Amino acid sequence: MGMKFGRLSFLFLLLTLVLAGCGEPFLSTLKPAGEVAETQLTLLFISTSIMVLVILVVVIIYLIVLFRFRRKKGEENKIPKQVEGSHKLEIIWTVIPILLLLSLSVPTIAATFKLGDVKDMDKVDKDGNREALVVNVRANLYWWEFEYPDLGIITSQDLVVPTDEKVYFNLKASDVKHSFWVPAAGGKMDTNTDNENKFYLVFDKEKADEAGNLFYGKCAELCGPSHAYMDFKVKAVSRDEFNQWATAMQKNKEEVQPTSDLAKQGQEVFQANNCIACHAVTANDARPETARTAPNLADFGNRTRVAGILEYNEENLKAWIQNPEKFKPGNQMYKEANLSEEELDALAEYLMGLKVQE
Amino acid sequence: MSSVAVKKGLGASVWEYLTTVDHKKIAHLYLGTGGFFFLLGGIEALFIRIQLMKPNNNFVNEQLFNEIMTMHGTTMIFLAAMPILFAFMNAVVPIQIGARDVAFPFLNALGFWLFFFGGMFLNLSWFLGGAPDAGWTSYASLSLRSEGHGIDFYTLGLQISGFGTLISGINFLATIINMRAPGMSFMRMPLFTWTTFIASALILLAFPPLTIGVFLLMFDRLFGSNFFDVTMGGNTIIWEHFFWIFGHPEVYILVLPAFGIFSEIIPTFSRKRLFGYSSMVFATVLIGFLGFMVWAHHMFTTGLGNVANAIFAIATMAIAVPTGIKIFNWLLTMWGGSIKITVPMLYALGFIPSFVIGGVTGVMQAVAPLDYQLHDTYFIVAHFHYVIIGGVVFGILAATHFYWPKMFGTKLSEKMGYVTFTLFFIGFHCTFFIQHFLGLMGMPRRVATFLPGQGLELGNLISSIGAMLMAVAVIILLFNVVITSIRNKKVGADPWEDGRTMEWAIASPPPFYNFKQTPLVRGLDTWWLEKMEGKKELTPAEPLGDIHMPNNSIIPFFISLGLFVAAFGAMYNPLNSVGDGKSWGLPVLIIGLGITFGSMLIRSLRDDFGYHIHKEDLLEDDKGGKVG
Repeated sequence: MGMKFGRLSFLFLLLTLVLAGCGEPFLSTLKPAGEVAETQLTLLFISTSIMVLVILVVVIIYLIVLFRFRRKKGEENKIPKQVEGSHKLEIIWTVIPILLLLSLSVPTIAATFKLGDVKDMDKVDKDGNREALVVNVRANLYWWEFEYPDLGIITSQDLVVPTDEKVYFNLKASDVKHSFWVPAAGGKMDTNTDNENKFYLVFDKEKADEAGNLFYGKCAELCGPSHAYMDFKVKAVSRDEFNQWATAMQKNKEEVQPTSDLAKQGQEVFQANNCIACHAVTANDARPETARTAPNLADFGNRTRVAGILEYNEENLKAWIQNPEKFKPGNQMYKEANLSEEELDALAEYLMGLKVQE
Repeated sequence: MSSVAVKKGLGASVWEYLTTVDHKKIAHLYLGTGGFFFLLGGIEALFIRIQLMKPNNNFVNEQLFNEIMTMHGTTMIFLAAMPILFAFMNAVVPIQIGARDVAFPFLNALGFWLFFFGGMFLNLSWFLGGAPDAGWTSYASLSLRSEGHGIDFYTLGLQISGFGTLISGINFLATIINMRAPGMSFMRMPLFTWTTFIASALILLAFPPLTIGVFLLMFDRLFGSNFFDVTMGGNTIIWEHFFWIFGHPEVYILVLPAFGIFSEIIPTFSRKRLFGYSSMVFATVLIGFLGFMVWAHHMFTTGLGNVANAIFAIATMAIAVPTGIKIFNWLLTMWGGSIKITVPMLYALGFIPSFVIGGVTGVMQAVAPLDYQLHDTYFIVAHFHYVIIGGVVFGILAATHFYWPKMFGTKLSEKMGYVTFTLFFIGFHCTFFIQHFLGLMGMPRRVATFLPGQGLELGNLISSIGAMLMAVAVIILLFNVVITSIRNKKVGADPWEDGRTMEWAIASPPPFYNFKQTPLVRGLDTWWLEKMEGKKELTPAEPLGDIHMPNNSIIPFFISLGLFVAAFGAMYNPLNSVGDGKSWGLPVLIIGLGITFGSMLIRSLRDDFGYHIHKEDLLEDDKGGKVG
């Protein structure tokens, strides 16, 4: 038994070595950033080890058969013994797989209930305040809204979370089904149109540093032509930094007023074209979610990407505003705008100046 | 109608195939049409891999990609894999049980033509405003929102071809229960017949949920109902249940017949009876049964709750047990045998390790919490291609080589077969093995492209190169088919020399009445038993007498054509949600249904007693004359 266990752990080690080389720390499920992804990676190792064992047994028998029992020259007329079967063997290869699967089912069930445990989501302290951080995720055709109901903050595209604690999510979609997935932090959960799903993720400080504090999030359910572009980013920062950010966002009740002339001009363009009807520019958007039909632009100046996918710079921002269909076909903004170069410059200046903190 | 090749005009041949009710000719039709759709689905697969060869590629645009990806899946499952398997079932199963035809030859033809028109209808979408674009699963929230008529082609096409599949399934059930020759007890049936039997039972139980699902979806899109519209009180999760209660058994509908094919090939080329026959049968039945207990493992991330996820996780793992039994029985069949490497045997040998990989990744995905990571990524893409290609397509390619002599009387070139196998096998693993890692590295499935800088470039490039190899392999196979047909070198009844079941006891291709005298079955591997006793023919169970045969009929063609016409009427009816309803919509719908029901009425009112082949003609036939 000890021998067998030794071999298993050797396999385990080998797998770890092979798989650890795979993928980017901000994206790969093989480089877990927290408790959830670690649990899942451990299950991957356990199941792979058992399965590699099965494969080895099959391959060994297979190779023996292939080398020993090929028809040789001079045996063209040989009729091998017609064996009917063997009860003993049938029992062996029924019972052993059952045992292997039973041993796999124990951690499976344990982890299912552990990762699905959202009881603490509603735990309150003596003042009646919720203890854990809860984020309402609303998936829309090609963009994500993140609402912090207890903090009164709404943001989009860039999810900001504190490290080293459980972050709970309420997930839903407002148009078609999407799926919320931050591979490095843990498995996905669908955002349905019918109901709210709940789960949690954990981001380790150390791992966040390795990933440059920015994890990639993806939509994992086919949702239309721009499914591949429905990315978001997760900024995992320390609790202190998170609090600073949250306070700054909470203070952002009024729009950050532009300072330069160009930015003021941009604000006018923004209002003249009625962008404001869909895009809120403060983090305290009080409108109901059905009215929030476009990403919230408060703190847009600190975004990590334009439209979730393009490198954050003025040029890309202008190109996106002028011609969103080119970058995200089927998006719900408009196919293309007819803004002059000056208007675009002004808009970009204005939007990139929307910052709640430096 | 003739047992020997007679030169006939093209027109006469076409008419013969349009009206035939002979299971062997229907097998040709299934193989030809299914093969055509297989090539079409293959071209779509190539487009997908070319598009994903490098990041931010724009070989096809995003919308077109979604259409190609959807049609690749839908075509391969419904229009290629299943019909090709039906081809082999039709060609082989009736003969394996010693029957002269299936139980309902007319329905057999109807099943084919429904599939044919359903498939054609679905593919006409390419020319009529765009193909379906919501994936082969067509999840309701997305499919309701899809613009244009793509999804309508999907719902209508699948209903028509689905009727065909259901009818064929029922036909095989009735055939296998009722038409077995004397002595052919259930536990003497060849494994291919057994797997056809179980797969047909699965069709009977699994297709109605799909039909209901697409029927409701059709109503939502074309006639203003709200079954799946959440804002109107509908529910989209129920679509997922409908789809997967069908969709999971569908996997077994495909893979069980492939198992059956390998269970014929492996004993034949090992010259040894199938090891553990009864446990193989038991495992087949058990897989079929468990196949209905596991659908929700496709929905682990839908949010069904911990208890449901845990139960479905364990149920799913349980399927690995009977599958494992099968793998070990195949290995032990070869153990102690005298293995001859031929092209079909090569596919069988390639199948075992490939399918084992597909199987074990399946167990990994049964681990629900782990599946939260794997679901909807390239890991699952890799997994089901290992199962579907490593299992089903290898089975189909093996059967193509194995049964070609029985179906067409000629033998495909072994040399070219080796080349095809080698390229296909290498190409397949090159394409899909790396995809496991792409998925683990964070690549979702069904993406029209991927952005650079995420570490996904190399894997995708390797995968695309593999796809090219598979394409070359298929081209060589086509070439092989053409060359073989031109050479037209006829082979005997038992061209592999070690045939064990009854189809190898009669001429290749068999006469249209299959058996002059219904054979007596004296045990498992009937023909092998007779051969071992030095006999040259099967033992007859009856004296030579007249044979009752069914008449050909064009009615199945018209019943199916009517539905094809009606589908256009339904799609352009004035109520449709796309808003391009035509005034001719309703009339065409009614005319189409009129053709269908009118044809059925004619069939019901007209007595068709078939005809008899007389004893004297059968005796004449022996001397090289012809019957019919």
